[in-house]
Amino acid sequence: MRTLINVPKTAKKGEIVEIRAMVAHPMETGYRTGENGVPIPRQIIHRFTCSFAGREIFAADLFPAMSANPFLAFTTVATGSGTFTFTWTDDDGTTQSAAAEITVT
Amino acid sequence: MAGRSLALAPLLAAVLATTVAVADTLEADRRSGYDLMSPELRAMQDDDLSNPGMFWVLDGERLWQEPAGAAGIACAGCHGDAQESMRGVAARYPAFDPALGRPQDLAGRISQCRTERQEAEPLARESDALLALSAFVAHQSRGLPIDPPGDPRLQPFRAKGAALYQTPIGQLDLACASCHDRNWGRRLGGSTIPQAHPTGYPLYRLEWQALGSLQRRLRNCMIGVRATPFDFGAPELIELELYLMSRAAGMAVETPAIRP
Repeated sequence: MRTLINVPKTAKKGEIVEIRAMVAHPMETGYRTGENGVPIPRQIIHRFTCSFAGREIFAADLFPAMSANPFLAFTTVATGSGTFTFTWTDDDGTTQSAAAEITVT
Repeated sequence: MAGRSLALAPLLAAVLATTVAVADTLEADRRSGYDLMSPELRAMQDDDLSNPGMFWVLDGERLWQEPAGAAGIACAGCHGDAQESMRGVAARYPAFDPALGRPQDLAGRISQCRTERQEAEPLARESDALLALSAFVAHQSRGLPIDPPGDPRLQPFRAKGAALYQTPIGQLDLACASCHDRNWGRRLGGSTIPQAHPTGYPLYRLEWQALGSLQRRLRNCMIGVRATPFDFGAPELIELELYLMSRAAGMAVETPAIRP
C-alpha cells in the first residue's frame, strides 16, 4: 500500500491539529487517449474519508481534475487519544486504507 | 583579404569574451532548479510526507530487498544496507564501464546488474520498477555534492557531451546552451528557464504527474525544439548527462526533487 500520512504523534486536548494524507494513484481522467488514439478509461479515487474512533470527521469527493497522487490536508480538534483511519475509494469499488495514532494529553 | 580578417578579429574577440563571461557567470552563480521554484513547490520537495517522489523511493526500498531472477538474490543480497553501500554512488554517475568501453548511467547500471547478476528480465527504461530502484539508490546520496569521477577514459565522452550541449538542433535550431546558459532565469511561455543542472533525478515533475528520468527530460527538450530525440539509453544521452553532471559538480543531490 502506498500512502504517506502526517499526523502529529502527540497533541494537547483542545489543540487544532493538521492532518495530511497522500495516496499513490494515477487519477486517470478518462479524457486522455493512449496508443493509436484509443481512449484510456477513467480510473480515479472519487471518495476520501477520515474517521476518528469510528466516527467520520472529514470526507471529500474527488473529480477528474484532481492531480495524480492526491494530497489532502485538513484540520481537526484533538479531543482524545485514538486512531485516525483513512479510506480512499476507487471508481472500481476497491478501497485503500491507512491508520495513524495520536496521543492526546 | 587581410582587411577582412582584421575586421573579423574584434568580432571574434567579442564572441569569445561573451562565451567566457557566460561560463564565468554560471560558475559563480550556479543555481539548482530548486532555487527558481515557488516557495510552495520547495516546501513540497522538502517534506518527505508531501513529496510524491517518495512513493518511488519507498517502492525502490522494497524492490531492493526482493530476490529476483534465476539467481534468486536481491540487491541487498550483495550490496547489503543501501544506506551505507549506496551512499554517494549516484553522485559519481555516469561512470566508465570497462566491459562496454563507454560510460554507463545509474539506471543502465542497475539494469545491467539485474540481467547479469540476478539473471532476471531486464527492466525497461522509464518503467516504474527501474525508476523506483534508481530513485532509491540516488536518494542515498541526497545532500551530498555531485562528484564526477576524474577517470581519464571518460574525458572524450564528456567532451562529446559538451559539444552536443552547444550544437543547435531541430527545426528551431536551438542548442541546450541557447536557453540554459544564455537565457536562464528568463521565461519560456509561463515557465522559468533553469540552468539545467541535473541535481534531483529521477524527479517528480508536476507536468508528468509522475517520476521521470533525466533522459525523459532531455528527450522532452529535444521534442520541444522539434528535433528527433535520441532513444532511451542512447550513448548520446549518457554523454550529455556526463557533461551536465561535471557542469553541476559540487552541487547537492536532491533526489527525489520536485519540478514544475
